[in-house]
Amino acid sequence: MDDTPYLLDGANWDWSRTGSIPQLLVDHLGYTAITVLVGFLIAFPIGLLIGHTGKGSFIAINAGNAGRALPTLGLLSLLVTLMSIGFLPILIALVVLVIPPILTSTYAGLRQVDPDAVDAARGMGMSGLQVLFRVELPIALPVIFGGLRAAVLQVVATATVAAYVAGSGLGRLLVDGLALSDYGRMLAGAVVVALLAIVLDLLLAGVQRLVVSPGITGRGQSRGRGARFVAESGAENPEELVTAGTTKGTS
Amino acid sequence: MNRRNLLGLAMVGSLTAGLVACGSDEDPLATGDSPTGDSTETTAIIVGSANFPESELLAEMYCQVLETAGVEVTRQFNIGAREIYLKALDDGSIDLLPEYNGSLLAYLADGGAPEGVVSPEDVYDALQDVLPEGIETLEQAAAEDKDTLTVSRATATQYNLATLDDLAAVSGDLVAGGGPEFQERYQGLVGLQEVYGIEFKEWRSLDPGGPLTVAALADGTIQVANLFSTDSAIVTNDFVPLEDTKSLFLAENIVPVIRSSKNDQTVTDALNSVSAVLTTDNLTEYLAKVQVDKQSSAAVATEFLTANGLA
Amino acid sequence: MNGISNYLSQNSSIVVDALLQHIVLAVLPLLIGVLVSLPIGYLAVRFGWLYHPILNLSGIVYSIPSLAVFVALPYVLGTRILSPVNIVVALAIYTIALMARTVADGLRSVDPALTDAATGMGYQRVRRLVEVELPLAAPVILAGVRVAAVSNISLVSVGALLGVGGLGALFTRGLQLDYTAPILVGVVLSVALAAVADLLIVLFQRAVTPWSRAGQGV
Repeated sequence: MDDTPYLLDGANWDWSRTGSIPQLLVDHLGYTAITVLVGFLIAFPIGLLIGHTGKGSFIAINAGNAGRALPTLGLLSLLVTLMSIGFLPILIALVVLVIPPILTSTYAGLRQVDPDAVDAARGMGMSGLQVLFRVELPIALPVIFGGLRAAVLQVVATATVAAYVAGSGLGRLLVDGLALSDYGRMLAGAVVVALLAIVLDLLLAGVQRLVVSPGITGRGQSRGRGARFVAESGAENPEELVTAGTTKGTS
Repeated sequence: MNRRNLLGLAMVGSLTAGLVACGSDEDPLATGDSPTGDSTETTAIIVGSANFPESELLAEMYCQVLETAGVEVTRQFNIGAREIYLKALDDGSIDLLPEYNGSLLAYLADGGAPEGVVSPEDVYDALQDVLPEGIETLEQAAAEDKDTLTVSRATATQYNLATLDDLAAVSGDLVAGGGPEFQERYQGLVGLQEVYGIEFKEWRSLDPGGPLTVAALADGTIQVANLFSTDSAIVTNDFVPLEDTKSLFLAENIVPVIRSSKNDQTVTDALNSVSAVLTTDNLTEYLAKVQVDKQSSAAVATEFLTANGLA
Repeated sequence: MNGISNYLSQNSSIVVDALLQHIVLAVLPLLIGVLVSLPIGYLAVRFGWLYHPILNLSGIVYSIPSLAVFVALPYVLGTRILSPVNIVVALAIYTIALMARTVADGLRSVDPALTDAATGMGYQRVRRLVEVELPLAAPVILAGVRVAAVSNISLVSVGALLGVGGLGALFTRGLQLDYTAPILVGVVLSVALAAVADLLIVLFQRAVTPWSRAGQGV
C-alpha cells in the first residue's frame, strides 16, 4: 500500500478509469449544469412574472424560506425509496434546492428597479413585455446573476449527496472514503469540491462582468426602499434577500 | 432599548435552557454520560450496531436482555461499516456490538484468515489471536449470516451459474455492486480475485446488502450483488446465491464483541443466553419482520426474546 | 397515512429522541457561531482591509462538504469519532462562515449619521457598538441568523452517516428498509423545526427592534 495521498496519486487522475477523480468531476459538473438549467427554466419565468407584475410576491419570498427548510438528504432518500435509484431522484432533489434562490433573486432584482425608469419606458410607448426585457431585466441583471451564482455554488456543494444513493459525482470520494476509512480519499473529495466551487465562482464572476451592462451601477439603494424590504422580508435590501434564499443545503 | 435587548436575550436563553432540560433525561447529546461520550466515565454499557437492519436487530436483542438482567444500557445504533465501528469500539465510543466471527477474523488478520480455517470453531479460535487488547468475544451463536455473491435467476440461466467458479469465466462481462467496503476487503473483491480469479467489468458502490443493491440487481443495473444470506429479498426475488466452493467466505457466526472493562458475569450470562437460542432460521424469520413487515427492531427483538423465554 | 401512523406508534421514542438530538445539535452551534461571528464581523468593519479576506475565507470554508469536516475533526480536536462534539464544532464553523459577512454588512449598513450622533452624546466605542450599532444592524444580522438556523437544521442530518444525525437517522433507516414512513416523518419534522426556528427568530427580531414597525402605519 503506497503512501502517496489519494489526491496526488496519479492513478486516481487517469481519465479512462471508472471512478477516477476526473470522471467523478465531470459527472459532478453534469449534475450541476443540468440542475441549474432545469431550475432556471422553471424559476426564471415565474420570477419574471411575479417581479414584473408585482403580484404573488408572497410566493417569491416564501419560496426561499420553504425551499431551504427542506432537508436535501431527506428529500433524496424519499425520492429514491419511491422511484428507485437513477438520475431522476437526484435531479428532482437538487432542482428543488435550486429553485428558491433563482426565483427569489429574479423577483428581488426586478423589484429594485427604479420605478422612474419603468415610467420613462412606458412613456416612450413600450409595451409591458418590451419594458420587461429591454428595461427591467437589464437593470435587474446584477441581482439575478448574483442569485444564479449563489445557486450554482449551492448545487456544487450539495450535489455530493448523489453518492449517498448510488449516484456518481465527487460525493463518491466522500462516501466511499468513509466506508473504507480511507481519509485520504475523503480529503481529496473535500478539496476538489471546494476548489471546484471557487473556480466556478470566479468563472461566473467573469461572465457577469461581460453580460451585465456597464451602465448599471448595481445595488444603490435609498433608505426608503430599504425600509420596504424590511417590512416584506426581514432583510434590508435585495442582496440580503438573495443570500436569504441560499443555504448550504445538505452537504 | 436596553430592556428590549434583555427581553430578547432572556427569551433565547430560557428557550435554550428549556430545550436542554427537556432533552436531559434522554440525554440526546451524549453517548454515555459525559459530553464527549467517554465510555470509562459511565457504568452504562454503550451498545452499537452497524448500518444494516440485522445488526440493529441483534444489538437491540442484546440491549433488552441486558436491561432485563438489570444492566444499564445506552444505544448508539447505525454507526456505519466495520471500518468505522471498530474504530468506535477501540476508542471507547461504544462497548459492545454484534459481530460476525469470519468477517472480523478476515478484517483483523494480516492477509485475511489463515489457510484452512473455515469451520465455526476454528474461526472462533483463530479470532482470539487477533483481537486487540482489551476487547474480547463471548460465546458465539449457531446463527450465521454470510456474504454471498448473488445473481438474478435470469443471469444464472443465461451464463449457467451455480458456483463462484462458474462466475470466474464470465465476470469480466458483468457489473457487480454492494457496499463500498466490499471493494477492498479480503472477504470481498480482493479475495474473490485471489481465490477464484474473479474480476468484474465494473463495480458500483451501493449499500451493504440493502434495498439499493437489491433494486439494482432486480432491474439489471448490476448483474452480481453482494447480499447477505439471511436477507429475505433473495427468496422473494428468486435470486440465486452462488455457492462458495473454495470457502472464501468463512463461517459467520454471530458473536458479541465487548470491551473487557465493561464485561462481568451478569453481562456474560445475559449475552450468552441470547447466543444459545439464536439460529440461522429464526434469525432469518425475525429479520423478515423488520425488513418486510417494517416492524421496529425493538418490537421484533422483544418478540424474539419472549418467544425464547428470555424476556 | 396508515403506514405513517403505524410507524409512529411503534417508534415514538426513537422519533422523539431523534428530534431532541437534532434540536440540540442545531441550536448549540447556532448560538456559539453567532456569538463568535459578532467580534469577527466587527473586526472586518473596523479594519476594512480584513473584509475581503474574511469574505473569501468564509466562502471557501462554506463549500467544504460537511461529511469531510465531521470525520476530520476528531483528528484535529482529539475527540472520539462518534462524538456529537464533532457535529457541533463543524456546524459552528459553518455558522461563523455564514454570519461573519452578515454581521459586517449589517454594521456597515448603519447610517453613519446615527453613530456620529451617539458619539456626540458621549457614547464610548464599546457602548456605542452594543447599544446603537448592533441594534440598528439587527435586521440584517438576524436575517443571516435565520439562514444559518435553517442551514444547521439541514446539515445535522448528514451526521446520520456516522450514527449521530438527529432526524437524519430516520432518513437512513428508511433507505435501509425501503420504507417511506420514517423518511416522511423525518422530513416533516425537519421542515417544522425550521419553520419554528424561523418564527422564533422573527419574533425575537420584533421584540428587539420595535422601531422597524414604526414606518408602516403612519
